[in-house]
Amino acid sequence: MAATGIGAPVRRKEDQRFITGKGQYTDDINRPGQTYAVFVRSPHAHANIKRIDTSKLKGRDDIHVFTGEDIAKDKVGGLICGWMIHSKDGSPMKAGPHPALAQGKVRYVGDHVAVVIADTLAEARDAAELIAVEYEVLPASVDTATTQAAGKPQVHAEAPNNTVYQWHLGDKAAVDAAFASAKHVTKIDLVNNRLIPNAMEPRAAIGEFDAGNEAFTLYTTSQNPHVARLVLSAFIGIAPEHKLRVIAPDVGGGFGSKIFIYAEETVCVWAAKKVGRPVKWTADRTEAFLADAHGRDHVTHAELAMDAGGKILALRANTKANLGGYLSTFSSSVPTYLYAPLLSGQYDIPAIYCEVDAVYTNTAPVDAYRGAGRPEATFVVERLMEVAARQLGQDPAEFRRKNFITSFPHQTPVIMAYDAGDYAACLDKALEMADYKGIGARKAASQAKGLLRGLGFSAYIEACGIAPSAAVGSLGAGVGLWESAEVRVNPTGSIEVLTGSHSHGQGHETTFAQLVSQRLGVPIEQVTIVHGDTDKVQFGMGTYGSRSGAVGMSAIYYAIDKVIVKAKKVAGFVLEVPSETVDFNDGIFSSKATNKTLTFPEVALQAYIAHKFSGQQLEPGLKEGAFFDPTNFTFPSGVHICEVEIDPETGTTRIDRWTAVDDFGTLINPMIVEGQVHGGIAQGVGQALLEGAVYNAEGQLITASYMDYCMPRASDLPSFNVAMTSTPCPSNPLGIKGCGEAGAIAAPAAVINAITDALGHENIAMPATPLAVWKAAQASATKMAAE
Amino acid sequence: MFFRSRKEDKAAASGAPGQSASPGRATVSMAVNGKSVSAEIDARTLLVQLLREQLRLTGTHVGCDTSQCGACVVHVDGRAVKACTILAASCEGAKVTTIEGLAQGTELHPMQEAFRQHHGLQCGYCTPGMIMAAIDIVNRKGSTVSEAVIREELDGNICRCTGYHNIVAAVRAGAAAMGSMNRRQAAE
Repeated sequence: MAATGIGAPVRRKEDQRFITGKGQYTDDINRPGQTYAVFVRSPHAHANIKRIDTSKLKGRDDIHVFTGEDIAKDKVGGLICGWMIHSKDGSPMKAGPHPALAQGKVRYVGDHVAVVIADTLAEARDAAELIAVEYEVLPASVDTATTQAAGKPQVHAEAPNNTVYQWHLGDKAAVDAAFASAKHVTKIDLVNNRLIPNAMEPRAAIGEFDAGNEAFTLYTTSQNPHVARLVLSAFIGIAPEHKLRVIAPDVGGGFGSKIFIYAEETVCVWAAKKVGRPVKWTADRTEAFLADAHGRDHVTHAELAMDAGGKILALRANTKANLGGYLSTFSSSVPTYLYAPLLSGQYDIPAIYCEVDAVYTNTAPVDAYRGAGRPEATFVVERLMEVAARQLGQDPAEFRRKNFITSFPHQTPVIMAYDAGDYAACLDKALEMADYKGIGARKAASQAKGLLRGLGFSAYIEACGIAPSAAVGSLGAGVGLWESAEVRVNPTGSIEVLTGSHSHGQGHETTFAQLVSQRLGVPIEQVTIVHGDTDKVQFGMGTYGSRSGAVGMSAIYYAIDKVIVKAKKVAGFVLEVPSETVDFNDGIFSSKATNKTLTFPEVALQAYIAHKFSGQQLEPGLKEGAFFDPTNFTFPSGVHICEVEIDPETGTTRIDRWTAVDDFGTLINPMIVEGQVHGGIAQGVGQALLEGAVYNAEGQLITASYMDYCMPRASDLPSFNVAMTSTPCPSNPLGIKGCGEAGAIAAPAAVINAITDALGHENIAMPATPLAVWKAAQASATKMAAE
Repeated sequence: MFFRSRKEDKAAASGAPGQSASPGRATVSMAVNGKSVSAEIDARTLLVQLLREQLRLTGTHVGCDTSQCGACVVHVDGRAVKACTILAASCEGAKVTTIEGLAQGTELHPMQEAFRQHHGLQCGYCTPGMIMAAIDIVNRKGSTVSEAVIREELDGNICRCTGYHNIVAAVRAGAAAMGSMNRRQAAE
């Protein structure tokens, strides 16, 4: 069983359909009689809608047009933000309404004005072109740093000064006292650049209404179909929960952007009943740029207080976080509880204080994107650490080591109780793999070629496996963050596992089957993982926050426990021994009381034919379920080292080597884990070197296609040198910590620390484009010449 | 819209291939994965639309509107083409191969097998285009193509999941396997 069990690099079961073109993504699905929807979107960042003129479509019975007026008439509720944040004065966050179709006003370029539905996509597009919308254009507020200023255009009347909340965390008095006594203070100003997620599969939805049963079906590109159903039912009011089936089939990447419940799927479900036919919508890439929830967009000032020897005394940070024109589903939690509690990093910091102002602007909503708050926190901490080490004249690795947390559990001053880790072990391994000792010689060799070489560290921590339901509930979450599983054993001994987790690239069909294969001793081919359909899986919270291993697999683990307990009872009757004496190992049931044994499929069959026990003695069948609610977050950590070579004449940055040593606890499939690390690093490098959403002063998205938004290509990246250490997580039965976001969290600081090391500069904005690096290199050369 | 074999098409003698059936419409015939197809289409239909929506070959994907992501790469007369950027009508008489046409029965093409062995895919959305582009790279650059050349040549194919590390490893391995397959076939 070792070949397919826990820890084996099993080739993925799902790959067969993907490499042969047999995947079933939402847009691959076609329903009988389906129509096609096209959205009329606002070309203005901020405007009143004066008139929507559809007269050119008069007499076209084949074309349906619906506007905000129609959706209001049908009392379709607005989109929600499911996490209540309170300001430091105790007042609840100030949120404006978020209608699925605009109610007289638009608040960002791409906002939804109307939907046009026709027999073909081409006809829907042509019809949309014939609709004339008259706007009264209003001045827009676009800039994160200044949107709260007096006189700025107001995005929502409900939120004066465009301020959603003014939140804080930590002990301000203790921090101020520590800074007053500090021998050295490092200060830094940072912008965490706005990103556009860009899963390769654009969002899509098909809404369908079955008039005979008064029931709806929604096929959609979702990371969490049950959450989508709950929100569409309980809050938006489209259909009762038991009359709405949500199917998230193969989903082509998410990275957070497919967690949220958007206007488009809401409208498709609602319109399906009005039109009486299925309604299909698939985003084109420009729509994805305009209307998928964006990520990051923080402006931060941070300070680190140290004693004379460089021991950290306190950290404080002040952040403005742009949430865009509306509050997306979980946006309010990202710059608060997913951010500030990570500001302790891997370090023993006695006092931390963080203030966050969340602001509205006339831009697309901003919500969780791979890492969600934790990359922003890591960027603050790891830039501070690097700059502080340089200012103190200390080796950046040893400066970090001096401040590492070394005993566990460790209670930080910002909520989190770290349960396990060995930060020095990761650092040591990374230093060796990166040949840190040789960096001086490599820098000299580069210099001899007229190039600049730099090395940067990022020793990140993240909080994953979200999350203990009671804990997040006390912090304002509107949901619990447990996970569910059901293990259905068939009479022939094959197994279906129904999980509330959702795979959109993570390989659950393989890793979850590895767990089942190992624990029940059945071949992995005998196990099928079922997910992504609310009619099949009873409930689930979905996949984000690197939670599917730590939380989703734990639920499967406990359901398997129950299956084994029941199967032992069945085996006891068949073997005619007391069930307490039955052992189960490697798929074989045995007992000291007999020399007979049974295989797992034999017991499964006996459970269903039920010939060896009566109904009073035991229920027939072999199917068990479990809900798992974690007792703590998990705390993956690691050290990434980036080494760059810069051509000061062109500003080109080449990543020469990348070393990553991560502690994810137990690994189920190291091949898949390494793949997750690779992909995360690429997104982090993208943020640091290439990607950045740019709005101009009028609120037009300048980077709305792959012509203008620079996605990482193969030639932008090196091969990665990846290794693991392991301190198993004590808060789940498998010891899993989660690996999905680590690379994206670690990478930006490592890249910028490497570039600033090469340039001898203390700061450079992301993305560090050739132009920005060239300017910095010229400035650095001038400065050095002057000195 | 209708489908029929090329033979029937000829028998019907319904005008020259590619000629407009009615204003704004066109009739187009081509061989897709070795099968002759003929369709009357809206003249503005892109090859990818013909494949996905009319032939229901949904393995070829669309990931952008600017010909950059490469999720739609197919082979037209043996060359990699972005199916989102070519009119179906301009493929009159062409031999088109899509991801669905690569495997010989249950035997995968070596490049498909290499992507599986080297974990060259995660969500799978870019994968068909990647595999079709990778085969084209090997056809042009040979079976010992270097990592640097592979990275350069993959500029027209975007993956958001893998960081390309395992895609590059897969293409190298697939290239080597295609080399031995070609040598074997030549020997036979």
